[in-house]
Amino acid sequence: MSATSARPSHAALPSGGAFILKKALISALVALVLFSLMIGVRTEAGPQGGLIYWTRFGDLAALVATVFGGSIIVELLRQWWGPIDKDSLVPKPVQSAMSFAGRWLAPALLVFAFLVPVIFYDQRYILDLSILVLTYVMLGWGLNVVVGLAGLLDLGYVAFYAVGAYSYALLATNFGLSFWVCLPLAGILAAFWGVLLGFPVLRLRGDYLAIVTLAFGEIIRLVIINWQSLTGGPNGVSGIPRPTMFGIPLDNSDSGLAARLGIEFSPTHRLVFLFYLILAMALLTNWVTIRLRRLPIGRAWEALREDEVACRALGINTTTTKLTAFATGAMFGGFAGAFFATRQGFISPESFTFQESALVLAIVVLGGMGSQLGVALAALTMIGGFELFRGLDQYRMLVFGIAMVLLMIWRPRGLIGHRAPTVFLERNQAISSDLVKEGHG
Amino acid sequence: MDYFAQQLINGLVLGSIYGLIAIGYTMVYGIVGMINFAHGDIFMIGGFIALISFLVLVSLGLTAIPLILLIVLLVSMAITALYGWTIERIAYRPLRHSFRLAPMLSAIGMSFVLTNFSQVSQGARVKPVPPIITGGYTLHEGSQGFAVQLSNIQIMVVLATIVVLALFTWLVSRTRLGRDMRACEQDQTMAALLGVDVDRTISMTFVIGAALAAVAGMMYLLYYGLVDFFMGFVAGIKAFTAAVLGGIGSLPGAMLGGLAIGLIETFWSAYFSVEYKDVAAFSILIVVLIFMPTGLLGRPEVEKV
Repeated sequence: MSATSARPSHAALPSGGAFILKKALISALVALVLFSLMIGVRTEAGPQGGLIYWTRFGDLAALVATVFGGSIIVELLRQWWGPIDKDSLVPKPVQSAMSFAGRWLAPALLVFAFLVPVIFYDQRYILDLSILVLTYVMLGWGLNVVVGLAGLLDLGYVAFYAVGAYSYALLATNFGLSFWVCLPLAGILAAFWGVLLGFPVLRLRGDYLAIVTLAFGEIIRLVIINWQSLTGGPNGVSGIPRPTMFGIPLDNSDSGLAARLGIEFSPTHRLVFLFYLILAMALLTNWVTIRLRRLPIGRAWEALREDEVACRALGINTTTTKLTAFATGAMFGGFAGAFFATRQGFISPESFTFQESALVLAIVVLGGMGSQLGVALAALTMIGGFELFRGLDQYRMLVFGIAMVLLMIWRPRGLIGHRAPTVFLERNQAISSDLVKEGHG
Repeated sequence: MDYFAQQLINGLVLGSIYGLIAIGYTMVYGIVGMINFAHGDIFMIGGFIALISFLVLVSLGLTAIPLILLIVLLVSMAITALYGWTIERIAYRPLRHSFRLAPMLSAIGMSFVLTNFSQVSQGARVKPVPPIITGGYTLHEGSQGFAVQLSNIQIMVVLATIVVLALFTWLVSRTRLGRDMRACEQDQTMAALLGVDVDRTISMTFVIGAALAAVAGMMYLLYYGLVDFFMGFVAGIKAFTAAVLGGIGSLPGAMLGGLAIGLIETFWSAYFSVEYKDVAAFSILIVVLIFMPTGLLGRPEVEKV
């Protein structure tokens, strides 16, 4: 199917300079009205408590000019590229090169990940950052089960992260349980909450489901803030014990790991241990997901993502399918939460806002829902990108939002990869037109 | 009893604001079938524009309060409506035939854009305004010194809501645009075949929804005397709850749901705990969706294959 025959109407579109100029002028005019008050006038609470304001017409003019110029450039690019197709956006040779690279990229990345503490042993910052990235890789893979495989849009994933973190924090500080006892407990508790959330929302469709999970995430956060006697409220829980290497503490005491091995103590040891811990947990998540995908339940998840009605018609129990997806995803979120608590040593409701959910969701979406490698790369890109723009703190969420919109417009199935169902019918079968609803055959 | 009456008044005023926002959700859902996640932030933008235009008008030397309020109302409705139009054009229209999660994700992105846009452009601090409309009536002098108050601003919020709703109802039921909107809601393909400009109608839906949200934003500003960049998030979820409670797609339902949510929230704060008022509102959303997915006035959704 060539591009021209697919869109005959495109040729009829005006494409002259006057058209481009007119379009850019309209855009600039719209921008002028939109930004006139929001950018042109800056308000602030004055010293006496009343409001004062000052004007910023220079910024306004610059922004409107940017919109004008940007509109011309975008329009020129659009005419130069022709209609946007999947094929024209990513040329065929690049696609095949990418699929070739994809085969070798995953093992190469894995080897590199194992070597990170060796290469960057002296660079504490990089080690810290890679632990953060791996935490998000694990969260992304966990959410991938719910969103990527089962196609259930979950906007409250951070709730399970919070349940895991608080489970470990409270069990460890109140009852003195060790990390290794609490880790499975945190996972089980989070999975339990996943089922608890899953039950009521089973009958809901995509959008409703998203809002309900969002409300659920907010409820958990509000309860954590307000139940001060248990959770410490906004002050959070501090003094969470550090993990031990199967009972051997990683400190400079006589019974610590360094003393037992007879080497000099260094705080980096714990960092390296945490790194391998989260790497192992993330890889476990990945392995379980890959294995589950080959089981009937994984196939059922993918089928559910593609078409829920067809699923039911084929006798798949959508109730258990959805619940297991929620529970599995929540469990991994809980594991990651317990790790987060032990790494930080301090947790507060601040860490579990909706922005966090949206960030993990964006990682899954950017990675191409369902693709394990894509999610890992997306986590690396996002968290790395956030670190790069650390100085521009207030702009980064703005850029994040814009990126999310643009991504949905250009590559709604994900920037990096898209995983087709594990099994699907290769051959399209012709169906008589009177068997299908009009326009949807 | 006096306490109850006072809370009833407060709840109805809050509910009017929620109802105005809820209409935007319900209209868009009825026609496009998506949850406009950024609608709460449109409400926030409306509040900001009302605040800024008010400041500018006062400093220009205008003193007649009714005239200022009228101009502020018109300006904030117009500019916020343009925000609604632009957002639909940029973030939703290209996705109309994309896969089903795409518009929702795009809307979440847009919500982040609007929140952080106003944070970057206007600063993160809460913007207080001195009370503009003062005075009121004491309806009933209670025995323990508790008086039931009905302030002028409360009267104004309710009156403005009624007027705007009357205009809006006339628009939907009597005009060409309203007929087009109802046609698109039922069957877009058929409406297009019969000569309805579907794109334009959907754009106008967003424009009207945003204008109503701007009214709500201005009322919020006058009633509470403050705006901040984050107020759209919680207000948006509550208004969405109101739309669901009233039956999504139903316009009277949205207003009814808004009033119900406003009353529930106020009474919950008054008689149980202020801290858990948001939890109460969110729980209602979940409970309604489980036990009464069609809401109070909604039609049951028929799933077509």
